[in-house]
Parts: sequence; structure tokens; C-alpha cells
Amino acid sequence: MDRKLGIYLCSGCGISDAVDMEKLEKVASGELKAASCAVSPFLCGKEASAKIAADVSDGVNTVVIGACSPRVMYDVFNFGPQTVLERVNLREHVAWSQPGAEIKTEGEGGETKTVFTESTQMMAADYLRMGVAKAMKAEPPEPLRQELTKTVLVVGGGVTGMRAALDAAALGYKAVLVEKTGALGGWNAKSFMQLPTKGDFSKAEEPIAGELIAQVRAEGNIKVYLNAEVTKTAGAPGMYDVTITSGGTEAQEKIGTIVMAVGWQPYDPANLADKYGYGNIANVITSVQLEEMAKDGSIKRPSDGKAASSVLFIQCAGSRDPQHLPYCSSTCCATSLRQAGYIRQSSGDAKAIIVYKDMRTPGLYENYYKQAQNDPGIFLTKGEVTGITEEGNGNLVVEVSDSFLGEKVGIRADLVVLATGMVPNTKPLDRASNELSIRTLAMDYDDQAKGVKPLTPAPVLNLQYRQGPEVPTLEYGFPDSHYICFPYETQRTGIYAAGAVRSPMGVAEALRDASGAALKAIQCVELTSRGAAVHPRAGDMTYPEFRLESCTQCKRCTEECPFSTLDEDEKGTPKPNPTRCRRCGVCMGACPQRIISFKNYSVDIIGSMIKAVDVPTDDDSQMRFICLMCENDAYPALDMLGINRLKYHNNLRIVPVRCLGSVNVVWIADALSRGVDGIIMAGCKFGEDYQCHFIKGSEQCNKRMDNVQETLQRLSLEPERVQQIQVTASDYAQLPAMLDKIVEGIKSMGPNPFKGF
Amino acid sequence: MAENKSILVVGGGISGISVAVEAAEVGYKVHLVERNAYLGGRVAQLNKYFPKLCPPYCGLEINFRRIRPNPDIDVLTMSEVVKVQGGPGNFTVTVKTNPRYVNEACTSCGKCAEACPAERANGFNYGMDKTKAAYLPHTLAFPMRYVIDRSACASGCKACEEACKYGAVVLDQQPATTELKVGSIVYATGWKPYDMGNLKLLGEGKMKNVISNVMMERLASPGGPTGGKILRPSDGKEAKVVGFVQCAGSRDENHLSHCSSICCMASIKQAFYLREQYADSKAEIFYIDLRTPGRYEKFLNRAQADENIKFTKGKVAAVSEDPSTGDITVELEDVLAGTKRKATVEMLVLATGMEPEMKGSAGAASVSQDGFALADLQKPGIYSTGVAKSPVDVMTSIQDAAGTALKAMQSIVRS
Repeated sequence: MDRKLGIYLCSGCGISDAVDMEKLEKVASGELKAASCAVSPFLCGKEASAKIAADVSDGVNTVVIGACSPRVMYDVFNFGPQTVLERVNLREHVAWSQPGAEIKTEGEGGETKTVFTESTQMMAADYLRMGVAKAMKAEPPEPLRQELTKTVLVVGGGVTGMRAALDAAALGYKAVLVEKTGALGGWNAKSFMQLPTKGDFSKAEEPIAGELIAQVRAEGNIKVYLNAEVTKTAGAPGMYDVTITSGGTEAQEKIGTIVMAVGWQPYDPANLADKYGYGNIANVITSVQLEEMAKDGSIKRPSDGKAASSVLFIQCAGSRDPQHLPYCSSTCCATSLRQAGYIRQSSGDAKAIIVYKDMRTPGLYENYYKQAQNDPGIFLTKGEVTGITEEGNGNLVVEVSDSFLGEKVGIRADLVVLATGMVPNTKPLDRASNELSIRTLAMDYDDQAKGVKPLTPAPVLNLQYRQGPEVPTLEYGFPDSHYICFPYETQRTGIYAAGAVRSPMGVAEALRDASGAALKAIQCVELTSRGAAVHPRAGDMTYPEFRLESCTQCKRCTEECPFSTLDEDEKGTPKPNPTRCRRCGVCMGACPQRIISFKNYSVDIIGSMIKAVDVPTDDDSQMRFICLMCENDAYPALDMLGINRLKYHNNLRIVPVRCLGSVNVVWIADALSRGVDGIIMAGCKFGEDYQCHFIKGSEQCNKRMDNVQETLQRLSLEPERVQQIQVTASDYAQLPAMLDKIVEGIKSMGPNPFKGF
Repeated sequence: MAENKSILVVGGGISGISVAVEAAEVGYKVHLVERNAYLGGRVAQLNKYFPKLCPPYCGLEINFRRIRPNPDIDVLTMSEVVKVQGGPGNFTVTVKTNPRYVNEACTSCGKCAEACPAERANGFNYGMDKTKAAYLPHTLAFPMRYVIDRSACASGCKACEEACKYGAVVLDQQPATTELKVGSIVYATGWKPYDMGNLKLLGEGKMKNVISNVMMERLASPGGPTGGKILRPSDGKEAKVVGFVQCAGSRDENHLSHCSSICCMASIKQAFYLREQYADSKAEIFYIDLRTPGRYEKFLNRAQADENIKFTKGKVAAVSEDPSTGDITVELEDVLAGTKRKATVEMLVLATGMEPEMKGSAGAASVSQDGFALADLQKPGIYSTGVAKSPVDVMTSIQDAAGTALKAMQSIVRS
């Protein structure tokens, strides 16, 4: 595009108290050759912004605003999608966080003179140069608008799956519902009663499955496959080709997005043989078995068919136990209360005893607990079951310690029910729940290289993806990516998990979850069809483009993408699937050939920004440090530093990046060979409680430090010249010290010897 | 489909924000009405989220990033819904916007606050410090714009107006009403901390060193009254021996009959704040049941592995204050030991529960006796989400918001 550059500088909000605007304007109109340039004391005011808009209609197509942070006044400084816009943060990152001018009195006449701080002026000029360098190379996005399929595939025909399909259909979308068994309804349909979903949560209810099945049958927009499995999922969001196999016959469906509602399985009670005698003692059963009996009409003990009149429930049978399921299965407390109700209804003298660690009926479930507490036939005690013995007549004595009843007591029962927990159906097949750590994140390639036994994922979607056939799982086998802030997002774009596969939950939560996942699925196809990215860069109209003629088939991009966006052809050349992409740029950071770029974000664009930094060669007080800063958390933290008028080191130059994962080592090598003294990468926390919005971008950056160290060695530079720090959005108060420590440490080594070469 | 494809969301906390962005990213127009001067609600006042101990500012910023470029989200702060008429697909809503005394020209430069001679109690920090009468609600405020608390101004003072170079201060601003046409309505009105003044056995809010868990969040927060240092209110001394009373008001027929579901995790989190800050600190948590469901169990395990975090199952019967030291003595029944004992702490944190904000003032939503806008009580076209509906944590609120957005969209499609 033919460039016509406009540079507009704001002197308000204290900017002119720290920056000599006349000098800066000279940089803009002189060195930076702005076709149009103006300084205003109130650039976001109507008059000044109208002037910029007028310039844009007169042909200015590249606008650089030197004013406040891009996080504010974004609505004022918006000149349409065809205008390249770059915001240079002179306010928060310079005027508010660097030393200002001093007013000095000179001579006998007492004339005052404003003396600007040189380092502040240099910083402002550098940021302007950097902004212009970026803007001059950035292009307006050309969104990839495509005709896409919007049909929602729902895998799993339990209440979660049915609810999700019905919710999508109610908004006018077609849904395909695939159920592995011969009937819809899942565990709920096999239940005698269900936990409360309505009102004040004080009453058990009839299972909802029957009602949902009838609705699914009556809904013309839902196509149901029973006894069916998804045997192949090829393609990408908006254009999946899904093969569904049922009884040996294959059917093909065109699918836009996927809700994974494959539910849970009870924890295998065979593992509890030693602990609770399951399998050895006939009258020790599981809560699932009790539910089946209740549904069949009578609760009898297996040994002799006698009606069970005193039933003891052992909570956390397998759950909250590092040897079994380290987590809490959330619903077992309320489920045992419900089942205690069945026992009580069976006869007036029947009693139920619940031995728990903690009674977990959070929120409104407290009302459900209360009605059980009011029942004189339900005994509740905290305790640990330490042994179960048979008395010979089928009666059992359960030894309980640490209870309210005393140190160690024996309780007689006809029947013992183990409240076994919930295991997600995505749990990898060859690992126990307690052997699955957050490390499974990187399982696909890193750990394999280290000889760690690979996971065998449970077959659910059979994705034809470079990084494996299933959605990766995190700890315990749950297929999420960040369950606080984006609960439905998996590590595969367009595929959303819902219900007990995502986290242990009861029917009320599962129904809500189904609606939420259905929304996310629909949102994905809507955004994608407009050419926009989904979460977390929702609305971003750019996407990665590949100059494949220069590709050397090193496969780094296809391996490092956190979302398995890229497939490979037989030679190893990447095959882009832009609708799977979240636009983080991790591929761009990985590519040694620099062939991957976005219209407004590329190795060249950011590299040019870094090259635009003036590196003084003869002034040790003005050493130069580049800080590649994650724009999600670290950048706002630096803004907040400015808002609080804290100061950061004047030798630093901040370069915002989409994610630290997008940092290409060449930027570092180029900067160091130009004499930049050190480089800091400031981004999100990685590791177990990672905060990276792209799951493993910051972790990937850290892994690439090996390559960085090679570069440093090649240049005979100290390894400490390049460092990565972990910064959260709230770290603004600590940030100055974090940055100073590194800068001062490098300064003590002396300047980069390449300076001036 | 109703002609009016827009949704009204009442309440701009994490639930309301989530409903708004989820619906708007599908392509629906959303009006997000918030009573405060900023979005974020109670979440903005938290120091960290459990169990990752990550900052809520990150969670808010990620949503603000979604709001900023989206023309379909209309944010109305300092606003309340005063009237709702009509039905699904065709509601007419009257919104009253209270004066901020600062208009859209505000650049958040801060000159008004610099010039302002008056001070006010800082509600954002639960009154533990003061701001000027012209103030920025907090460092990540959205919108990033100052507010003037006219009730704190000296009569006739125009210092802020004179200091503002941008004509942003409008001291005679009047309340304004707007009529909105919307297809459906979501109540995401959230909660308030249960009033310590009601807790007779726990000091009635009169003992300086007995604070609530929401205050503890501010004490630990970098934007809080102590800059993040856990210092006790009576004398500013480092609070190193801290007790936590669970179910302070919750699970109690005389107060809140529900379990507030977050307090166990919140106290564990706060015990970590303390342990992280002072190596020689000790925390003791007095509980009825430790409710850390699902994957939160690991969070509990982490705390249990620290020998300086002690868990005692027992009900606190009384608290007393030593006037000479400011220390607090707790009398409790240690249920597992079967004994009654006393414990003295330097500061006591009451894990006060969540009281639904709509208790007593539901607007167009129908609420239960406890004040929750239970889903099945609502009229067609009206929905509730988050803590307005039931006591839940942030994770569940975000989960629920997506589903509620979908229900609100369905209502429009149907009508």
C-alpha cells in the first residue's frame, strides 16, 4: 500500500511536563517524515480527533498517535479498519513513569527555564520511532470470510449432551447428537431420583432424562445417532468432516463446532478391595449399584436378598485420597443423602448412617442437607472407616475411628455403600488419575523426547490433527485449559467440554454447563464465519500467513502451536488451518525461516521496531535494554505502574508482543549484534498454575532460551544478558524493582561489546 | 424472531460482564447496567483468585479487552434499572444514571484529585482508608474515568472544576433517565458481604482487630489501604497470628441459612497470603465442614501440608478483645478433641458469607425468601445468573454466565 503517514502527538495529561514536544515534533516531521503532523494539548478532544479524521479522509492511511495507552480512548482513536493505527504510549509509559522536566532559575534576572530530562526525551523519541516503524510495515487486516457449516456436533447423549443439542437447536442451529450406547439419557436415565435442580434445592426430583429425550425426539433440528462413535474428525472449525460409525456403517456429517459431553465413569471399585473389601464382601456395594436397585424397586442386600434396613454409606470411597482420586468428586455427599432418603422411604424403621470426612453440600445444597439432618432415621458422622468385618450372617460391622461417637466404634449394618467418585471419560487409558499431572500439557513432544511413556488418550473425537487424535487433558484427565476464567475452552479451538467430563458435577450444574458450552460453540462458528478470532483474541481479523516457498520443513511451528492448528504434508510442510488458530503467534516465534506473519504482526514488523531504537555508543549511562512485554498482563501492569506514578528504568524500551510465545529468537540475536545491552522478556506465569492466555506461550518462550543461549555463546556474550520474568497484571508495584534488578545486573557486566559495530 | 435483538444485563460484576461479552460476541447488542462507577464488582476488590492464586485484574483485563473493540456492548455505569415494562422480545426499561460529575472528556489525568481539598472514606477498601472527593475508583477502573463524591465536597468548592483542563468536571450534573428497548433481561446483581454487625457472638463488628474476609482481601492487595501488607487495624502491627472463623453468618438459620460455598477456599487463600508474607506467621481456621469440592481439594491439601496452617473443627462460641494488646481471644468447642478451649490471635478474620444483593429489592426479578432470584421463579424473558441466583464462586459464575447468555438469546429468538 502507498503510505501516507500522519503523526499526532498529545501534550496533555502531563506529557509536555516531561517531554519537549517541539523536539519530538521535529523527530516526527523530520526524521520520521510524517506527511501530516500535529501536536495538540487535548488530542482526544473533539476538535483534535476530528482533524485526524479529516486527514484520514484526505488520504492519510497510516496513523500514529503519540498519547495515552491504547487501553484507553480506543473509541476516540478509531479511524476504521482500513486505516493502520499505532498507539505510542507517551503518557503511562513515559510522562507518568519517567522523570519530568525541572524548572530552573537562571541568571540575575531570575528567568526561569524548563529543563527536560534527557533520558525521558530519548525514550519518548524512541517509542515514536518504534511506533512508526511498526505502523509503516503493518497492513490492514483482510479477514478470511468463508461460508461455513454451523452445525453443532454433540458427543455424548446424557443430560449434558441432550441439553446442549436442544439449546443449540432452540437458537436455530442444526445439531448432531452421537451416543455410544443404545439409549439416550446416560447415568441420569438409570437413576431412581436426581439431586435438586429447582427451587431452594431442598427436594430430590424425578430424573430429567425422560423429558429431555422426548424433547430431543420432537426437535427437527437434532439428528441422533445411537450405538455410535465418532471415528474420525477431520478439518477445522466451520469445516469439519466427521465420520460417525454405528454398527459397522459409517456416516459422514459436515460439522462446524463440537461440544464434548462424554461424561464420567464411576471410580473402579475393584481398586477398593483392600480398603473396603469390595469384591470380597458381598454386601459391600457402590452407590451406582444402590441406585440401580432403587430404580428396580427394592434395595436388597446381595448376600441373601434380605431387604436392607440399616445401610451405612462410606463417603469419599476413592475420592480425596492420593492413592485413588486425589480430588473431591463434589456430588457424592448429596448423592448419599438422596440415597439415604431411599432407605428411609423403604420402611419406617430403616436407618441410614453416613460416615463422611466433611459434609460437602455447598451453596443451596445446604437446604438439601438440612432436610436430611431433620430426619431422625439418618445418622451423620464425621469419621474414617478403618475396617469392615462380616459377622457370618451377612451382617457387617464397620469400624469407624475419629468420629463424634468416640475414638473407635463398630457400627452394625446390613449393607455398606461406597460413595465412589467420578472419573472423566477423557482420562487417558494407561494412567491412573493420580498419575496425571499438569505436565501432560507438554506430553506430545517434550516428554516423549525425554523418554516419558506417552499417554494413550481415551478415544472420543479421533481428530486428524498433527498433535494427536484427542483434546489434551490436564491434571486428573480433565480436558480443560483454564477452568477459572474460560471454563469451556479446551486446548483445541472450536471444541468445548461440558458436564462431568470437565469437572465433577451434579445434574443441576451439568444442565447449566451444557447451555454454556452450546453458547461457546455457536459463538465460535459465528465469529469464525465473520473471519474473526475466538477467545482470547475475539474479534481479531488477522491470521497467520505462510511463505511456504522458504519453509525448510523443520516442523517447529506444527509442534509448538498450543492448539494443534497446523497439520503437515508428507514432507513436513505446514498446512495451515486458520479457523483452528487463536492468533497468539507462537508459530511465528518458533519459525527459524521467518516465513509466518500476520498483516499487522510479523518477525519483520517487530524486528523493525527494535531496530528503530537508538542505541547510543558512547554513553554508559544510556545503555539499552529491550523488554519484550506480553500485552495481556505485563503491559497493563506497566500502565498501572504509570497510573500510580511509579518509575521504571530509563534505559528500557518496551516492545509489546501478542504472547511471549511469539518472540522469535532472531529479534534477540539482531538486537544484541546491534549493541543492545540486554533483553528482558516479561510475560505470564508458566508451569503448574500457568496464567498464559495461550496455555503455553510463556512456557514455550522459556524453552527456547536454549537457542538463545546458543546465540549468546556464538556472540561470546554473557548468558545473563537475556532473561525472562514472570509478571502478573497486579505486579505493578513490584515491577520497577524486578526490572531494575536485571538491568543493574547487566550494567555491572559492562556494555555490549558489539556496540558501534 | 423479535425485532429487538438486544439484551439488558443488570449488574456489571464478573457475571454481568461475562454474560455481556458472551452474547455480544455472538452478535447480540447488550446494554450492561452497573450501579458502581466501574465494572468488575466484588471481583475487582479481590487480591487473588483461588486456587491458582492468580490476580483477578488479569481476569478482568481479559474481559475488558473483549469489551473495548466490541461496538455491541453499551456500558452504563452509575446506573440503575428503575422500571421494567412489557414482555419477552419487547421490554421497555427505564434506566436512571446518577451523576458522576465527570463527563466523557475525562482523560484520567488526575488533576482534579490533586486539587481536591476534601476526603471521603474509600468504599472500595471497605472504609479502611480515604480518597479525595474526586477519585479514580481503582487502578484498573473501567471506564478509566474519575468520579466526584459530591457528598464529601465543601459547599461552593470548585477546585476540581478549575483544575480540569478538559472541561470534564460538571459539578451541576443531574441524574438522567434513559429508555431502553430490549428483548430479554438478565439479573446479575451479585452479593454483598454479610454484615458483621449482626454477628453478636463474634464481636458485632465492634472490635478493631476482628475483620471480615472481604477486608482481608483489601489488606493483602497492592491497591489496598496498606499497599498489600497485612497489618492489623488497631495499631498497624504486622498480624502474624491470625484466626479464621468459617460460616460467620452462613449455615445459620438466624443469619444466612445457605452455605456461601466460597468461604472455605477464601480462608485457605488468605492463610496463604499470610504465610507468604511472614515466615513466622500462623493461621488457624475454625470450621464446621471443610468444603473444597472438586479440584479445590488440592488447594486444601496444600494448606494441610503447611504445619503453620491449622484446621480445627469447631464452632466459635464467643470472642473477646484484650484492651491492652488489641489481641482477640476465641472460645471454641474443639469437636474432634471433645474439649472446650481458648485461642488468642492477633487478628481474627470472619469468613462472612454472601448475601444476595437483591434481598428485599428485586426489581423485575422474583426472589426467594433468602433473596435469591431462583431460575424457576422468573417471568418469561427474565433470567438471573451468578450469585443473584445462588451462592457460587467466580469459576461457577463465569460458567453460568455463558449458559444464561444463551437462554437470554433463545428468549429473543422465540418471541
